[in-house]
Amino acid sequence: MNDVLRIGGHELSSRLFLGTGKFSSNKIIPQVVEASGSEVVTVALRRVDPEYKDENIASFIPKNCILMPNTSGARNAQEAIRIARLAKAAGCGNWIKIEVISDNRYLLPDNYETIKATEVLAAEGFVVLPYMSPDLMAAKHMVDAGASAVMPLGAPIGTNRGLKTKELVRILIEEISVPIIVDAGIGRPSEAAEAMEMGAAAVLVNTAVATANDPIAMARAFGMAVQAGRTAYLAGPGATKDYASASSPLTGFLHE
Amino acid sequence: MSFINALEQYEKFNYDEFFARLTDNDIQRIIDKNRLTILDYLALLSPCAEKHLEAMAQKARKLTIQHFGKTMLLYTPMYLANHCINQCLYCGFNVKNKLPRKKLTMDEVDSEAKIIADSGLKHLLILTGESPKESPVSYIIDSVKILRKHFTCIGMEVYPLSTEEYKDSVEAGIDGLTIYQEVYDRDIYSELHPAGPKRDYQYRLDAPERACQAGVRTVNIGALLGLNNWRTEAFLTGLHADYLQQKYPEVEVSISPPRMRPHLGGYPPKVIVSDKNLVQYIVAYRLFMPRGGITVSTRESGDLRNHLVNLGVTKMSAGVCTAVGGRVEKENVGQFEISDSRSVSEMANMLYENGYQPLYKDWQVL
Repeated sequence: MNDVLRIGGHELSSRLFLGTGKFSSNKIIPQVVEASGSEVVTVALRRVDPEYKDENIASFIPKNCILMPNTSGARNAQEAIRIARLAKAAGCGNWIKIEVISDNRYLLPDNYETIKATEVLAAEGFVVLPYMSPDLMAAKHMVDAGASAVMPLGAPIGTNRGLKTKELVRILIEEISVPIIVDAGIGRPSEAAEAMEMGAAAVLVNTAVATANDPIAMARAFGMAVQAGRTAYLAGPGATKDYASASSPLTGFLHE
Repeated sequence: MSFINALEQYEKFNYDEFFARLTDNDIQRIIDKNRLTILDYLALLSPCAEKHLEAMAQKARKLTIQHFGKTMLLYTPMYLANHCINQCLYCGFNVKNKLPRKKLTMDEVDSEAKIIADSGLKHLLILTGESPKESPVSYIIDSVKILRKHFTCIGMEVYPLSTEEYKDSVEAGIDGLTIYQEVYDRDIYSELHPAGPKRDYQYRLDAPERACQAGVRTVNIGALLGLNNWRTEAFLTGLHADYLQQKYPEVEVSISPPRMRPHLGGYPPKVIVSDKNLVQYIVAYRLFMPRGGITVSTRESGDLRNHLVNLGVTKMSAGVCTAVGGRVEKENVGQFEISDSRSVSEMANMLYENGYQPLYKDWQVL
């Protein structure tokens, strides 16, 4: 069976998306992307500087990857919309990860403003992937507004704390028709595997790879974990049971 | 409600008694916490916490990399004018000091901007003295209009403005405000500012809040270290930052811990703040505000700054000149003597050697 992830008219074979914001040097990004097998890489437009080629982050993204600019730094829908348009004008393609954060203490996203930005940008033809706090009704509104996928956080950005929002993400996976991509908070490959086993369509990782002692090896580990989790999901894991399969079952007499 | 109400609660606070009661166990417990209270922060600024500096530093480094990555934002200051009607005893631009007074013409602003922009920097901090006649808000705004052609992010460090004036500045393209209270102790403040509009303690204290209300994206505050006991000044700076961040969650609140430097006028520091003290302040603040920015300027030496890269600092200046038009005319007199004269590319090389990525651009005004 050919297991591909379809988003915005693309067929992706890798279900690991990578962030680029925290590396010690942009020069390492091509090797990290290659080791991870990732086909979608997100870049903050705030960091893109076409005038300074040597240091411009966008020029370090492998050409065979989808460049997904993000609206990091936007505090409301209006700013996110302007950043998305600037990204398109700068030649960054038509994918956009909407990130609207007006809380500098925990960096939690503003779902309400994100829905508004999704509506405007989807109508303009962007492939919109909104980053959000996992909330069922907000996710439904994002889908109605034209989101191509929904990206709930596993834990606050940069915390590496894992899938703290597991139950809420599970509900999104069960109820939402577009791909659910777990973004933010994933700190270890095992947590990425866990999200994939649950049925997440993909995961996005930045901090855990970028701040590892060996980012290339960690990228490879995440690539393998995502594949393993996906394969396990497709294989249909055995049901967990709260009770043992007793050798002398209580209801055995019914069959005697 | 103003920050002054929060500040007044600590006016009678007995810092010595608080410090004397702390134990090693208290400090270790605080270092292990995820979320520090304001008094936890004060405890980390205590003499008792000095014994735990390495543990604090390790955690500060971990938190900084976690939240900011292995990156360092670079910026440079540009002095537009040094005319000033204030008499701040610790400042080279004091009205009583005899130095050539100058303000850049718009052509000179453009020339100086080009020199800076060639280094690749996109973040600029503009400065003026306080002179309603020579450097009014309209002059600053005219300069910003020119500077926007060269930079994507412009902050200002000028005299306190009204909310309306901050709004006009934001409208013109100002992204952030840097304003130091200099010293939070009211008596010392009064003594150091014998004349001029800067005598108005509360107008200055409330300036960052007015800027938040006017819609700036970033606010950077600080106390000039050397004018008072650094522990209480560091504490009150943190209290101020926390007040602003709670009330204006959409604004990025950051601090600077500037230490006094030799300057024209020669007013000596009242207290010496050692490198160890400075490090304690920086790492304590990082533990208190894991996502808060910390800026260190070229007031500090190259050697010390190389070490501070690993300890919680998120923003550094490079290619610095503190004189008006000093990049074009090298002999001009600066506000203070800098200790680290490295160019932008030299700073970038140092950062790469330390395993950090220099960021030239981290925002563009929309």
